[in-house]
Amino acid sequence: MSVLIAYRRRSSALHATRASVGALYGVTLGTAALIVQHPVVLAGLLVGLLLAGSACGAARDMARTLRVVGLPLLVLTVLVNVLVSRGGLTVFARLGYFGPFGEMNLTVEAAAYGLLVGVRLLIVMLAAVLVSSAVDPDEMLRSLRRLYPGSALAATVATRLVPVLARDAQRLGDAQRCRGDGGASGARARLGVLRAVVGGSLDRSLDVAATLEVRGYGAGGRPARIPRVLSRHDVHFALAAMATLAAAIATRLSGLATFEVYPLLHLSLGAGALLSALVVPALALAPFLDRRGIAL
Amino acid sequence: MSVLEVERLSYRYPGAGAAALTDVTLAVEPGEFCLVAGLSASGKSTLLRAVSGLVPHFHGGDFAGRVTVAGLDTREHGPAAIGAMAGTVFQDPETQVVMGTVRAELALGLENLGRPPAAVARAVEEVALALGLASLLDRSTHELSGGELQRVALAAALAPRPRLVLLDEPTSQLDPVAGDELIWLLRRLNQEWDTAVLLVEHRLERCLAAADRVIVLEGGRVVSDADPAGFLGWAAGAASPLQTPAARMFAQLGIEPPPVGVRQARGTLRRRDLLEPSLGERMQAGGEHAGGSSRSRPPLWRRSKASAKDSPALRMHSVWHELRDGPSILRGVSFSLGVGERVVLMGRNGAGKSTLLRHAAGLLAPTRGRIERGGRVALLLQNPGDYFLHERVEEEASAPALERARLSEMGARNPRDLSGGERQRLALAVVTDSELPPTVLALDEPTRGMDRGAKSSLAAWLSERRVDGTAVIVATHDVEFAAEFAERVLLLADGRVIADSSAGEVLCGGWYFTTETARILDGAGQALLPEQGAVILGERMSRAPTAPGPGSGESVKRPRVLR
Repeated sequence: MSVLIAYRRRSSALHATRASVGALYGVTLGTAALIVQHPVVLAGLLVGLLLAGSACGAARDMARTLRVVGLPLLVLTVLVNVLVSRGGLTVFARLGYFGPFGEMNLTVEAAAYGLLVGVRLLIVMLAAVLVSSAVDPDEMLRSLRRLYPGSALAATVATRLVPVLARDAQRLGDAQRCRGDGGASGARARLGVLRAVVGGSLDRSLDVAATLEVRGYGAGGRPARIPRVLSRHDVHFALAAMATLAAAIATRLSGLATFEVYPLLHLSLGAGALLSALVVPALALAPFLDRRGIAL
Repeated sequence: MSVLEVERLSYRYPGAGAAALTDVTLAVEPGEFCLVAGLSASGKSTLLRAVSGLVPHFHGGDFAGRVTVAGLDTREHGPAAIGAMAGTVFQDPETQVVMGTVRAELALGLENLGRPPAAVARAVEEVALALGLASLLDRSTHELSGGELQRVALAAALAPRPRLVLLDEPTSQLDPVAGDELIWLLRRLNQEWDTAVLLVEHRLERCLAAADRVIVLEGGRVVSDADPAGFLGWAAGAASPLQTPAARMFAQLGIEPPPVGVRQARGTLRRRDLLEPSLGERMQAGGEHAGGSSRSRPPLWRRSKASAKDSPALRMHSVWHELRDGPSILRGVSFSLGVGERVVLMGRNGAGKSTLLRHAAGLLAPTRGRIERGGRVALLLQNPGDYFLHERVEEEASAPALERARLSEMGARNPRDLSGGERQRLALAVVTDSELPPTVLALDEPTRGMDRGAKSSLAAWLSERRVDGTAVIVATHDVEFAAEFAERVLLLADGRVIADSSAGEVLCGGWYFTTETARILDGAGQALLPEQGAVILGERMSRAPTAPGPGSGESVKRPRVLR
């Protein structure tokens, strides 16, 4: 199973959007998660993000990220906050006196705050997955090359090397399974493969660098700016990003959806909170409804 | 003005004992198609790297002499500046494609040259059309097959319309169809755009007819620089490993001059009345069958001694490999491999050869179907270096395995310092290193980058495995190697076995999956190798000896037919 999230041009409105707007859209969703505090609105944003991922073919990547990284991180965040936080009045477990840590009382508020932080991290992570799988990295690097040629070279070699080395590791692993003596197994085998991949990565990076050299990368030429008319999808996603961000800020500032953790949990479940939980994801998902001109 | 001038070039890699190039002098004119030939480690790739400016700018080392590309001295201009004049395609397509999509890849070189966006867009479209890549433009490069990647790399090199194209074994990963297409595409671009081509290639029979000139390197020195006919004349006397199969066949019959290609060979034979009716004519007359349907008794050199029916070393029953959300790579493949049998697996890039071998070795499990193995299946994957995890040869395999691979003397060396052939033998020692010899030995493209001598050694070594009862199955694009090694050939297309018969039957009479000898003789007598062709022609000559046509410039010496 590959652990890499690779861009692949698919038939979706987000794929049909220019890279800068697509990246802005993803960053906005992540930012909205950091602004919004109310769990129901956050849940709405999470669902909206999963639906957006599904609309542009990234559902499997998102599910894998959730399984491999997201959910373990969520659990870890909650655990750490419960153990570390001294805030909150609703104690659900008393662990007694722990030397320099003092009295260890586990509170519902600390667990809720850990959950809030964890879900926010989860949303930021999924927004990154969305950008990785739906925003053309070449177009992004191209823009970067115009501004920072040196950094772009390093980024180009690095982004190219990641899939190459992942395939090397897969190949080396297969080769070890084919050894006549059956090869080493478990951690020892993985260490051997890792050592070989790392050892070979220098040769690989030299090959890639040589290719970039002969393709004139070091010639100092900066790619010219390509004048492009804004497409309908560029406009839609840019507007959606701004509207989502505005709705998130409005939700936070208006007090329609309030959520206080410390010292006692207080969650407002009024019409305002429910409306925000519907409006924020709806604004984010709206541009996916226009499916004109999205085919490959 | 010459597009390339090399004057007294000598070069030694950093830390190397011997010079890779010594006193090389040559010039390439605009529109010339030059083939660079030579055995492994003769300095061919280093010459290309010197022309592209990577030597010395990228690799360092001791450099003497002068290389001028379209007026740019490589001592003063680096690879990036030279890249504007000379496009380069290396052997490994995996590391020479750097961008995420095909379109971005083709545009990269042009953008680096500072071309305006409209010119970039137009050049990308045109080069994609010229190389048949238009449908791939928006595909991710990591989804492409080796053959597709190689075409993308070539297109990227050609997109800026360089005056010179440098290619280092570009066909080594391509099937015979794609390889021929690539050579003729190069010829077309060379003729229509006046682009000079400097092509390094081991399989000379594939491209000799397209070349204007052949430069031969030996130990880093130019030992021959002549037109194809002149090269073949030189090769006949000086370096027989570089002779093409057609030239070898003619040499055995004493016919001169050696033919540059199939067409010339057939012309010579026709003038001597040594060509018999074509395969098509014979089939129409009902006298002969083609492909796997023949019931005729194969000649002695093609008879298989093994029988898959008795106790198969490997048997596949309707094996399918279906990718989730993707195509079926194998579609109901069924075949048996007899004990000690030597089988070759052929087919276009993406036909399913490597997948089939992985199933045979148990690296993959069929999504449908069943595989029976008579014992252990040892698999040698495409890159022998993948098997090496240690610093010393003796740590990689046991002493008996190293002895079988004729590597006992090299126990203290680092596997990475071995030559290509030695690395392959070490990898074979690693995969066969078990108490009991493997029942099946499977090899995936083992002849990549090998010269003819190394291929013959490999074929002989593999044939010796019959002593242990080991069946050998090899996936290869190399038809000449297949003809030399195989008793039986499986031809795969789109995940299905479309031909399964003796090598003589499968490799005769086709257009692409056939040897040069078979193409010249049009499949007569199922002769695949020059020696076999010479036997047939020798018999025809003895039946109807004819003098060469007046003014043909041909002559006949006493035939040296091997029987």
